[in-house]
Amino acid sequence: MTMIFGVPLAVFMGQLLLGLINGAFYALLSLGLAVIFGLLKIVNFAHGAMYMLGAFATLLGMRYLGINYWAALLLAPLFVGLLGMVIERLLLRRIGHLDHLYGLLLTFGLALIFEGSLVNFFGVSGARYPTPDALQGGYQLGFMFLPIYRAWVLLAALVVCLGTWFIIERTRLGAYLRAGTENPALMQSFGVNVPLLITLTYGFGVALAAFAGVLAAPLYPVSPTMGSNLLIVVFAVVVIGGMGSILGAILTGLGMGLIEGLTKVYYPEAANTVIFLVMILVLMLRPAGLFGKEA
Amino acid sequence: MTFMKKTLASSIAIAAATALVATSAQAEISDGEVRIGYLADMSGTYRDLAGPGGLEALRMAIEDVGGEVAGAPIEVFSADDRNSADVGANTVREWIDTRNVDLVAGLVASSVVIAATRVIAENDGLGIVSGAAASSITDEHCTPNHIHWVYDTYPLANGTARAIVEQGGDSWFMLTADYAFGHALEGDVTSVVEESGGEVIGRVRHPFPTDDFSSYILQAQSSGAGIIGLANAGADTVNAINTASQFGVVEAGQQLAGLLVFLNDVHAMGLETTQGLLLTTGWYWDMDDESREWAERYYERVGRMPTMVQAGIYSSTLHYLNTVDEQGTDDPEIIRAAMAEKPVEDFFSRNGYIREDGRMVHDMYLARVKTPEESSGEWDLYEILATIPAEEAYRPLSESQCHLVQN
Repeated sequence: MTMIFGVPLAVFMGQLLLGLINGAFYALLSLGLAVIFGLLKIVNFAHGAMYMLGAFATLLGMRYLGINYWAALLLAPLFVGLLGMVIERLLLRRIGHLDHLYGLLLTFGLALIFEGSLVNFFGVSGARYPTPDALQGGYQLGFMFLPIYRAWVLLAALVVCLGTWFIIERTRLGAYLRAGTENPALMQSFGVNVPLLITLTYGFGVALAAFAGVLAAPLYPVSPTMGSNLLIVVFAVVVIGGMGSILGAILTGLGMGLIEGLTKVYYPEAANTVIFLVMILVLMLRPAGLFGKEA
Repeated sequence: MTFMKKTLASSIAIAAATALVATSAQAEISDGEVRIGYLADMSGTYRDLAGPGGLEALRMAIEDVGGEVAGAPIEVFSADDRNSADVGANTVREWIDTRNVDLVAGLVASSVVIAATRVIAENDGLGIVSGAAASSITDEHCTPNHIHWVYDTYPLANGTARAIVEQGGDSWFMLTADYAFGHALEGDVTSVVEESGGEVIGRVRHPFPTDDFSSYILQAQSSGAGIIGLANAGADTVNAINTASQFGVVEAGQQLAGLLVFLNDVHAMGLETTQGLLLTTGWYWDMDDESREWAERYYERVGRMPTMVQAGIYSSTLHYLNTVDEQGTDDPEIIRAAMAEKPVEDFFSRNGYIREDGRMVHDMYLARVKTPEESSGEWDLYEILATIPAEEAYRPLSESQCHLVQN
């Protein structure tokens, strides 16, 4: 049997693939954060809660409204996106001119409120969401058994990530967005409704988190605290990639998933910390992040 | 001015309190009140196995003794330890220093318990541990100031692991939570498996808590072991079992052994995923009429069936309060000794008594999770297969490393 550093090749390959799948979640979430920070300069600590709300909307939609998984893929992000727009319009906008710290505190508070209220009703054990029938079962890849659902998660996340990157970096709408944040006054004088653009961007950013939440619902127990653990890791990913860098967020997300996956084989005790070690290294050597513009 | 007012007010309050204590017929109840602090994870991974439901069970015990013992009212404080040993130890210190708490109850995560019981012992207080699992709590970490009530890792290993090895599951892979409890359980399981003629061929220690178990499950799969032992608890166990089901572990011929599985975990995962799982439990709500009767009362208040930990919190609090009532004092040393002098017999505990190492030994049960077809309702989840007698269930005193035990 071929061995890689004392681990059979088959296990090694399997871990790489799983790492990539986890990385896809990191990519989706850190992408939303990067979009929001890049365009609005808001450090969105409510992002984990939005991910959780996406999963809950999926679960409750199925339970009480009979909405199936495929419809939830569209409806849950839409619902959470609208909620995000209301939050932006009513709360975030009022503190837009203040230091970043205020936005951070406000969104953190919101996250605690969402989490706390749901814990009150649903507890923390979490509820199970069934894997959709079409995605049941798995492929025998030879080196591992790959559940179809995980393959789907990887595919869906990559498509959405690349789509987002394309819209922001390669289309006219994306150009407006980028210009609007560089110089809002100038854009407004060209007749572009900048406040609306900002509201939509925040809504879109949190909708990405909700989309990740829908993808996560059949994988992990749907519980009010599912977002808070993930959020810290995702922030580390954003810091490593460089705040505000779209492509950086995607690539770093996938890369950190891989590194974490390998740590789980070679030294599992450090699996929860390895990303933070990388973050410290990056902050020491390249403070603006791997893909950030040097400040 | 405000300061003056406050000082005046507090002087009056102190004077009044002193007068009250001085004139009270129950001078032996400290501060004229029995004060119980309930410390547990109220919001995280372990919330549903003890948490607010455990606090409710504690309140039920207080109501059942009429809200007072030996003529003194009972006051309850509660706090969320957030599964942090620091937060837990500091809370207990504050309770003892500033509020003169007489009993610390709840006590769930093993790491918190080991830190908190040290503080209780330093201050000559009394603690009853109902939630934690590590057998070391009454072994190398024993103190004369705490009692361990519901279960520990020794009977879990002894019950479940022995039964599985006897059924032919003799090669094990351990999936272990990387902290005090997981290590204790892994150690106890390993010795039981080896004693029974089996072998532990591999293990992986995962961080606590962990959401994504796919990597660890893959390692367990490729180990080729027949049994995957889950030395973790709460949401970690739930995640591990769910992930194993997604990766077709059972279909591929491996079997899972949930070493610490609570009723709320099985309820959350559903019978489709958990059916056939063997587990050891200290109590089950549907095991007889007495248990059912208490569980129904609990259900009416909380809306969920109680776990063994929540039932144990009721049982231990009641035993404590009855003892205080009989002795007419809440002095920790006297109460600790008096609690150990009488047997613990109630709906929760059968053949129970408190040993000198602080372990409350009682009958334990080997259970199997029902299939969806066998289950008649939302909470009809276990079938009790066998009773493990109190004497056999727990680590014998002859093997104890506790300094309170003369070996």
